[in-house]
Amino acid sequence: MCGNEAMAEAAIQAGLDAYFGYPITPQNEVTAYMSQRMPEEKRVFVQSESELAAINMVFGAAATGKRTMTSSSSPGISLMQEGISYLAAAELPCVIVNVMRGGPGLGNIAPSQGDYFQSVKGGGHGDYHCIVFGPSSVQEFADIMPLAFDLADKYRTPAIILADGIIGQMMEPVVIPTNSKLTTQNLKLPKKDWALTGADGRKQNIVRSLWLGDGVVEQHNYDLQAKYRQIEKNEIRCEQSDVDDADIVIVAYGICARIARRAAQQAREQGIKVGCIRPITLWPFPSESISKAADKSPIFLVVEMSCGQMVEDVRLAVAGKSPVVFWGRPGGGIVTVEKVLEKIEQLIKKAKK
Amino acid sequence: MQTVFKRTPTLKDCPTHYCPGCGHGIAHRLVCEVIDELGIQSRTIGIAPVGCAVLAYDYFDVDMVEVAHGRAPAVATGMKRTNPDKIVFSYQGDGDLAAIGTAEIIHAAHRAEQLTVVFINNAVFGMTGGQMAPTTMLGQITATTQQGRQADGQGYPLNVSELLAVLPGAIYVERCGLCSPAHIRKAKAALKHAFELQINNAKGLSLVELLSPCPTYWRMTPPDSMLHIQNEMTKVFPFGRIKG
Ligand SMILES: Cc1ncc(C[n+]2csc(CCOP(=O)(O)OP(=O)(O)O)c2C)c(N)n1
Ligand code: SF4
Ligand SMILES: [Mg+2]
Repeated sequence: MCGNEAMAEAAIQAGLDAYFGYPITPQNEVTAYMSQRMPEEKRVFVQSESELAAINMVFGAAATGKRTMTSSSSPGISLMQEGISYLAAAELPCVIVNVMRGGPGLGNIAPSQGDYFQSVKGGGHGDYHCIVFGPSSVQEFADIMPLAFDLADKYRTPAIILADGIIGQMMEPVVIPTNSKLTTQNLKLPKKDWALTGADGRKQNIVRSLWLGDGVVEQHNYDLQAKYRQIEKNEIRCEQSDVDDADIVIVAYGICARIARRAAQQAREQGIKVGCIRPITLWPFPSESISKAADKSPIFLVVEMSCGQMVEDVRLAVAGKSPVVFWGRPGGGIVTVEKVLEKIEQLIKKAKK
Repeated sequence: MQTVFKRTPTLKDCPTHYCPGCGHGIAHRLVCEVIDELGIQSRTIGIAPVGCAVLAYDYFDVDMVEVAHGRAPAVATGMKRTNPDKIVFSYQGDGDLAAIGTAEIIHAAHRAEQLTVVFINNAVFGMTGGQMAPTTMLGQITATTQQGRQADGQGYPLNVSELLAVLPGAIYVERCGLCSPAHIRKAKAALKHAFELQINNAKGLSLVELLSPCPTYWRMTPPDSMLHIQNEMTKVFPFGRIKG
């Protein structure tokens, strides 16, 4: 199975009630797969007329308390930003998958990580965050789906899966997580008593984002921020390897993290001590792990398939304690193990001088 | 003493924020009466637009959602597809439905979504201060057509209902006016039919366009606004069943 299909099946197994989407490369496998599988499961599939419509269909299904998602790639995700801002404001749970491609503009259909800023810094208007995951394998792309749905429900927030064209298209052996308890064993999900199900014998429910009263939106923002602090406290996920004795710590997510890991292993074989930090959640960001690693003053090397976006968050976390160097390629340029290794060797040479 | 008129239960007991003579209040009452007469209050979900009626949930005592400008038909699609047993309606102005949300309404009809749409055509953007809408009449003075709308450069009034009626997925389209007691009774009958179709699981979208007075931005008295609908607007937007 390719990553896109594995993710789609995992979403179905996680109890997805409705999928809405508009085709775009490199995630067309998702729409095709869903069009087949969702009706088989007697669930909802709609091919929308645009991404604008898709995200608003998600808004509608989410408002009635259903598990719902959409998927797209960069240009389509840009169109969804209006809807994502409204979803965050109205506190509606849903999952949005972005299989990133080269940009800006129509760019190309090659893998990229150019939408980091858009995903973790807001994207739409207003002060909000979505939970953002950066899977680095087909297996993880699938495993994250039940978790993403559960956390979206738990915190009443949209969750974004920030994958890239390689993760989406790559074929790897994968075990579909068939029971969402796998990843969220102790999670007791709150009842959706806010959902629009018809005011049958109860007070009317209203899902809204407009508040005209004096100071009400200000307070709503403080409430949202309090929720975001909770998410930061509870939901940071990150993987570290060989960081303790490292002279160089590579920070990378998604497919770049796998490439970086291999480069780090090869460097160790040459006697260069390299460790890796791989954020699994991009928001909330594992700032503390990075800050801790920075106490030992290694050189941080941030590798991304972009002109350097996550590197800004690494710099904030490092807070001047260590040098932070960026290397990456934008617009569909693929990062290779050889190139990362070369960069590592350069850094070590320079440091020894 | 005999009660000859009383508030229908789904219409909440509260003061209105609409301008004197505004059609929104009448349309709200009609929709609520229809909901109560059909006994569907407990399974109806309403969608409020962006426009003067954005706070419609302050008046309608049903579960309601407020959505982004123009996106109501897409939101409604997401709701109805996942909740086929619910009655889903959107309430939209002419800026909402005929300008920014044109794609969403056309495609909801094109997919034959089982929805009921209440379309309030007051020929202006009321909420933002009376600017030109696609439905603005030629010669009509608005905040953005201060010499009156000219076809050359500003186009002609857009007949969305007629456009929608050509789609097989639109099964019922009717235009009525909130401009006299007789017309208002007709409007109510049309609304009732549009809801009944959804209740009876008819396969497609039904839409009722209501020509609705906006005395404030038409710069007219409420009675003159009603006459304006009957004498002027109907020349471009004729009353009657367009389809179904
Ligand atoms: C994306 C977006 N663009 C513009 C606006 C500003 N806006 C609010 S209401 C409105 C027009 C409403 O006109 P209409 O739908 O005819 O409703 P009415 O007030 O006349 O009932 C506009 C342009 C907005 N809220 N959102
Ligand atoms: S501006 Fe026009 S549409 Fe809006 S409330 Fe006043 S009369 Fe009604
Ligand atoms: Mg209007």
